[in-house]
Amino acid sequence: MSPIPIDAAALLTGLRCILPEILVVATAIFVLFVDLMIPEENKRILCGISLIGVVISLFSVFLLGPARISGFSGAVVHDGLGAFFEIVILAACALTLLMATGYSEWEGTHKGEFYSLLLLSTSGMMFMAKGTDLMTVFLGLETLSIPIYVLVGFHRHRMSSIEGALKYFLLGAFASGFFLYGVALMYAATGTTKIPALAAMLLDARLAANPVFLAGVGLLLVGLAFKVSLVPFHMWTPDAYEGAPTVVTAFMSAAVKAAAFAALIRVLLLTFGGLQPVMWKVLWALSVLTMTVGNLSALLQDNVKRMLAYSSIAHAGYVLVGLVSGDFLGGQAALFYLLVYAFMNIGAFGVVILIAQKEDEGYDIRNLAGIGFKYPALGAFLTLFLVSLGGIPPTAGFVGKFYLFSAAVKNGYIWLAVLGVLNSAASIYYYLRLVVYMYMVPAEGEMPVPRPSRLAFSAALFASGAAVLLLGIFPGSALDLAARSVLSLLM
Amino acid sequence: MANFVSSIRFSDPYFSVLLMLGIGVGMAVAFVLLSQALGPKRYDRVKYSVYECGVDPFTTASVRIPVKFYLIALLFILFDLESAFIYPWAVLFRQLGWFGFIEMGIFILILLAGLIYAWKKGALEWQ
Repeated sequence: MSPIPIDAAALLTGLRCILPEILVVATAIFVLFVDLMIPEENKRILCGISLIGVVISLFSVFLLGPARISGFSGAVVHDGLGAFFEIVILAACALTLLMATGYSEWEGTHKGEFYSLLLLSTSGMMFMAKGTDLMTVFLGLETLSIPIYVLVGFHRHRMSSIEGALKYFLLGAFASGFFLYGVALMYAATGTTKIPALAAMLLDARLAANPVFLAGVGLLLVGLAFKVSLVPFHMWTPDAYEGAPTVVTAFMSAAVKAAAFAALIRVLLLTFGGLQPVMWKVLWALSVLTMTVGNLSALLQDNVKRMLAYSSIAHAGYVLVGLVSGDFLGGQAALFYLLVYAFMNIGAFGVVILIAQKEDEGYDIRNLAGIGFKYPALGAFLTLFLVSLGGIPPTAGFVGKFYLFSAAVKNGYIWLAVLGVLNSAASIYYYLRLVVYMYMVPAEGEMPVPRPSRLAFSAALFASGAAVLLLGIFPGSALDLAARSVLSLLM
Repeated sequence: MANFVSSIRFSDPYFSVLLMLGIGVGMAVAFVLLSQALGPKRYDRVKYSVYECGVDPFTTASVRIPVKFYLIALLFILFDLESAFIYPWAVLFRQLGWFGFIEMGIFILILLAGLIYAWKKGALEWQ
């Protein structure tokens, strides 16, 4: 038997294509080994090493640039969209790492595994954003999910943490099954799992009417909708978000959502011509339902962490508004919003970590009373992030929502935009309620003393705050980047 | 549904699969119903005992199993899967040449890292 010829050039192209992922995985394994060598009290080094790895990986994304590199027979592609989401995911990971050391020391959960699990999950997200084969997307989804299940249950002596992890794991395993079954049905109908090939086949209108194929698309949508917690697949979100260590909650709400939306955007935008006429009603209903249920439930919460969990459900609905039309404008707006959302949500969780002294007890809204004037910096930061989440100018949240809703209007989905704006107005009530508590409600009895911030923690808050303000006042270049990313996908 | 039925053709290569599915399900259902209809029914003490043959159970079946088995089982799955990957590689070893050798080397090294980690963390000690 003759040896199989190996195309060295193609192999090198493939390796170049996944260079950022390789760097992250290598850092994760390295951190795992350093963890074995160093004594318990020096675990802070691990955070530093992980951060360096993430920054190098981010640098490699910039080196690769927006040029299209396709690797491993078209299973993975590095293009504008992939690069954009890699930036979002790596930035979220870096912010989480900056906050993680302080948090783990306060909570007494300093373990080396935390950092390698976080990095491995990040690598899965990056693969998910870059997969052009549904199988690669699935592998990314699993690589993302399994470390996250562990991280949610990281407070292993705390009932709420274990409960959240178990719920998330059981439902998540089901969702993965749905996703995989959807891929199988799509394969049965078309004979391929490659997204561009599927898109080409969808030019034939008969495929979009094939019940097997449509069932496959539906199941695929369920799998992804679970990960971004769209209503009615959101049941796990409040419990998992509340039980998880707060840094992990921040990471999940920003990065996991971005990764799952990346896969959704790639599928929906590429199959625009064939699938959108069938799909838009489903997406429209999911979007309205998600926004409304998320916001109405958030109105009733007294626990800040749970409130932010419901608010993150609502935000998934806003992003979906951009995807209903499935065109260039909506895609650009969704990308920009996911970038902005990562910064403002991680920032909000960061401030909440500082104010709440203890997991489980500190997240009651009454703890915020009187914080605003006593600790002006904390109050100002939380107000900034909440105002941005509510979508009030001059913050980035306003610009993001403006583009999402105007994309819906330009494509003729007037009612969707109207419902979105109404929802956004309702959400302002519960965001500003926290601000009212901070500045206008006098503290009863003894006032809680926030944790003294560390340098790394403050750096994360400053970076998020600066990003929210800069993207709000000068959104031009980020919007251009999002536009070019979507265009590179469509070309 | 009507669409689906009318789309079935005998010449379709997958028709035999549908046929086999039908026969398989039909036979299973038929056997259960037939034994129900034709079988003799004698209900006595022996019939109602836990097992019609074999030894009577002497403790309850729900015993608490040490959680340590769980760790060992997880490690076993890990390295069992490793060998499952190595088999097809070994079959094609000559054709894959050095490329395959290096690829498998990287794969095993990563798994080895996991083993060393588990060892160092004391997962292999029965404490």
